Amino acid sequence: MSGTRAVELEKLRTGIAGFDQISNGGLPLNRSTLVAGTAGSGKTVLALQFLVMGVRACGEHGVCVTFEEAPADLMRNVASFGWDFEEMNRNGQIAIVDATPEQGEELLEAGNYDLSALMARIENAIRKVNAKRVVFDSVGALFPQFSDANVVRRELHRIASGLRLLGVTTIITMERLDEDGGLARFGVEEFVADNVLVLRNRLEQEKRRRTIEILKFRGATHQKGEYPFTVDHAEGVAIIPLSSIELKQRSTDMRVSSGVPELDQMCGGGFYRDSIILVSGATGTGKTLMVTHYLKAAIERGERALLIAAEESREQLTRNASNWNVDFDSAEKDGLLRIIARYPETMGLEDHQLYIQREINQFQPSRLAVDSLSAFERAGSPKSYREFVIALTSHIKKVGITGLFTNTTSMLMGGESITETHISTITDMIVLLRYVELYGMMRRGLAILKMRGTQHDKDIREYVIDGHGMHLVATFRDVHGILTGAPTYMFARERDHLAEMFARPQSEL
Amino acid sequence: MTLQLGLFITGQTSNSLRAMENLRRIFQQELNIPCEIDIIDVLEHPEIAEEEKIVATPTLVKRHPGPVRKIIGDLSDTRKVLLGLGILQNSSAVQFGKEEGAENERD
Repeated sequence: MSGTRAVELEKLRTGIAGFDQISNGGLPLNRSTLVAGTAGSGKTVLALQFLVMGVRACGEHGVCVTFEEAPADLMRNVASFGWDFEEMNRNGQIAIVDATPEQGEELLEAGNYDLSALMARIENAIRKVNAKRVVFDSVGALFPQFSDANVVRRELHRIASGLRLLGVTTIITMERLDEDGGLARFGVEEFVADNVLVLRNRLEQEKRRRTIEILKFRGATHQKGEYPFTVDHAEGVAIIPLSSIELKQRSTDMRVSSGVPELDQMCGGGFYRDSIILVSGATGTGKTLMVTHYLKAAIERGERALLIAAEESREQLTRNASNWNVDFDSAEKDGLLRIIARYPETMGLEDHQLYIQREINQFQPSRLAVDSLSAFERAGSPKSYREFVIALTSHIKKVGITGLFTNTTSMLMGGESITETHISTITDMIVLLRYVELYGMMRRGLAILKMRGTQHDKDIREYVIDGHGMHLVATFRDVHGILTGAPTYMFARERDHLAEMFARPQSEL
Repeated sequence: MTLQLGLFITGQTSNSLRAMENLRRIFQQELNIPCEIDIIDVLEHPEIAEEEKIVATPTLVKRHPGPVRKIIGDLSDTRKVLLGLGILQNSSAVQFGKEEGAENERD
């Protein structure tokens, strides 16, 4: 601003999860930012969180100017987030200016007036607690109290400029009538147009989807577009910063076992420790078994593993695992395994994302398995699902653990699903499990479709499932078209054919 | 019965000065009841403004007798001031068609 070009305005770190990332560092320092959104879009929560995080994370005090809800109601409403405004008020960390209209009181207008009294009260509150952050919630309620909206607009503008001189960073919330109409009611955007955030709460395919968009920051950069967020009862607003997740991934040469020795051989000694593996196959091909092997390998090494189950209950999983001689129960008791079994429909994808992230941060596993990832498709629109997958994989990459996702394909033979389309570029390795119909028999084939950074076996290997789990056997020979689901056979000689038919199954047994 | 009033002003602005002048004039010309007026400068005593939830200035508050009523502005509209103080009855305001509806609501 002071003559030199390309100097960005300083920002104030808000401490709100994800916001500082999408805003490239926070809100423009000492400026006012308008937060516009329809009723129930999360404006008040975001604004009050700005104050709470100021106190908790940044040691900055704040002032809340409330126009709509009486201070007692306001405090009660956010108490469920664990935000104790009363205590912060007592401790001199937060001051509240009550600008709500008195119940049943009418204002008679008899001549010219301005809102200097409000300004004086705000200034007084700022001085009292030495505030760095101010919230106006929501200024829309101020307008009906006065006959002349122009006066209110002019005065709000004056107050906003006054606050800048006081060295505070302000959030002003304002209601919108609908998601696509004007930015804010009463032309408020005209007086605090420097910085605008829009919160949206749309109904998409019968699912609520909340997003936040930084419409503009004058003189400062920010990430563009809408970012999904959720209002969570442990932290309030949590924004999932999709594109701002840097592709700054550590990579390691360390390998971890898949739990299936033959598969480890196929991929040159196991999975890379910080890779993401997608296991894709139709129902009954042995995906959950592969997950079990994968978890067992971690448990046996004394490493922690986290399983997110979306299709089976904990009891089912434990029982099935014990059939493969894997004891999930005692592993859980030893603190090596944690199973989260939750139906995808129980909450929105943003919430799932947040919960999984929280579990990872708390449990600190070295391996994560999601069985199945594709079940989460049911919990949101394709767009939300894509964002969920991206955010989840990014988080796993960030913490540098091994992630194994399963994907249920809709067709028994071959086929493709949304998961494959969305996630194949993000994953480091794709393992396909396919049914192969061969001479009137259902057999199973495994192929490694891709594996980043190393050579892998390109064969399609047959595998069998017995009482000890999954075993890879010979390569399918003289058959092609397995992956597309329509195998055709090429036989050099009839004798080979007969050998295939009779010799091999015997050797397997 | 003594009227107890509070007049909230901001320093020596023209609105503040006009409000004080208008209030003095109204009491000299229109009222002959005992009255206590407390003039509060919100710049010096923001805590009183906080307590009485004053948003606009000037604001004239009728503190006693109840109910508490607030009149905002520089008090140049004498009729509205008298209405607000409960001295003028609504019936005498019928001729002001514009405000009629609003005033009926107050009853």
